[in-house]
Amino acid sequence: MEGDIVQMGAYIGAGLACMGMGGAAVGVGNVAGNYLAGALRNPSAAAGQTATLFIGIAFAEALGIFSFLVALLLMFAV
Amino acid sequence: MASESLGMEAGAEKSDGLVFHPMDQFIVKPFFGEGAVGTFTFTNSSFWMVMTVLAATALLVLGTSGRSVIPSRIQSIAELCYGFIRKMVEDVAGKDALPYFPYIMTLFVFIIFANFLGLLPGAFTPTSHIAVTAILAMAVFLTVTVMGFVKNGAGFLGLFWVSSAPLPLRPVLALIEVISYFVRPVSHSIRLAGNMMAGHAVIKVFAAFAPMILLSTGLGLLVTPLSILAITAVYALEVLVAFIQAYVFTILTCVYLKDALHPHH
Repeated sequence: MEGDIVQMGAYIGAGLACMGMGGAAVGVGNVAGNYLAGALRNPSAAAGQTATLFIGIAFAEALGIFSFLVALLLMFAV
Repeated sequence: MASESLGMEAGAEKSDGLVFHPMDQFIVKPFFGEGAVGTFTFTNSSFWMVMTVLAATALLVLGTSGRSVIPSRIQSIAELCYGFIRKMVEDVAGKDALPYFPYIMTLFVFIIFANFLGLLPGAFTPTSHIAVTAILAMAVFLTVTVMGFVKNGAGFLGLFWVSSAPLPLRPVLALIEVISYFVRPVSHSIRLAGNMMAGHAVIKVFAAFAPMILLSTGLGLLVTPLSILAITAVYALEVLVAFIQAYVFTILTCVYLKDALHPHH
């Protein structure tokens, strides 16, 4: 049964890695929410900032994807 | 592993139930016949990349062959696509980045068609593999780095020297900037591949779940329609993500290009 404890650790680690996705969710929500708040105050400037919005979302989301990748590696590669 | 547990639960009750692994769709295998995948094997990934190139060529060639003043539908799409990317390059990277517009347009069209064709049921998504996206990202990284040095000489290193920061802070910032510069191709490629892989895996998880719960418990008739609804909803989200990720990949290329052309903070 020695091998099982390693596998158990990998599963627990994969579960823990999923908490990073929550962080990414908070980050993406924060970016989009602040964009909306700014856009409602000055709607004429909003259109010019959509590119920035998507870049911000992409950066925040990438870190969530990294944690997903860690989870996948623990599940299938370790 | 997760695969076995998914499979075993379904398999324990009904041995002929649908048993598949959510990650099975990402296996690269030869397109013709069986056997191992070598360097020059024509795989399912290669096939869908060929389809991507054909679809992109078809759109742009058919779209522009008419050249009518009142555009047809396909011509409108081709023009929209061209105008969208051209405006993006001009807005984000500046007017002097326009010579690099064909490269960025190629990247965008390739990625968006690979993403969209991968959403067809049974299709393979080449962009869900880091091997494919890493090549795209490394090409961008090397192009931008070489071009930065060619255009600005040693002045390109000014990208790492934040002249607006207080002097004692600058070496620290330079270190962080150098690290973040070299992480760029990593995040650039993993973002696209990860998004594609995650979305397709989620669809497959729901797709495996729907028949599994129908066969195994009494609640199946209630839960299965919900699961199928979830597939539809996630699929709709994936169509959006397929576009957004192609857009994000291109716009980040533009941002990196801008850094290479104007490296001073």
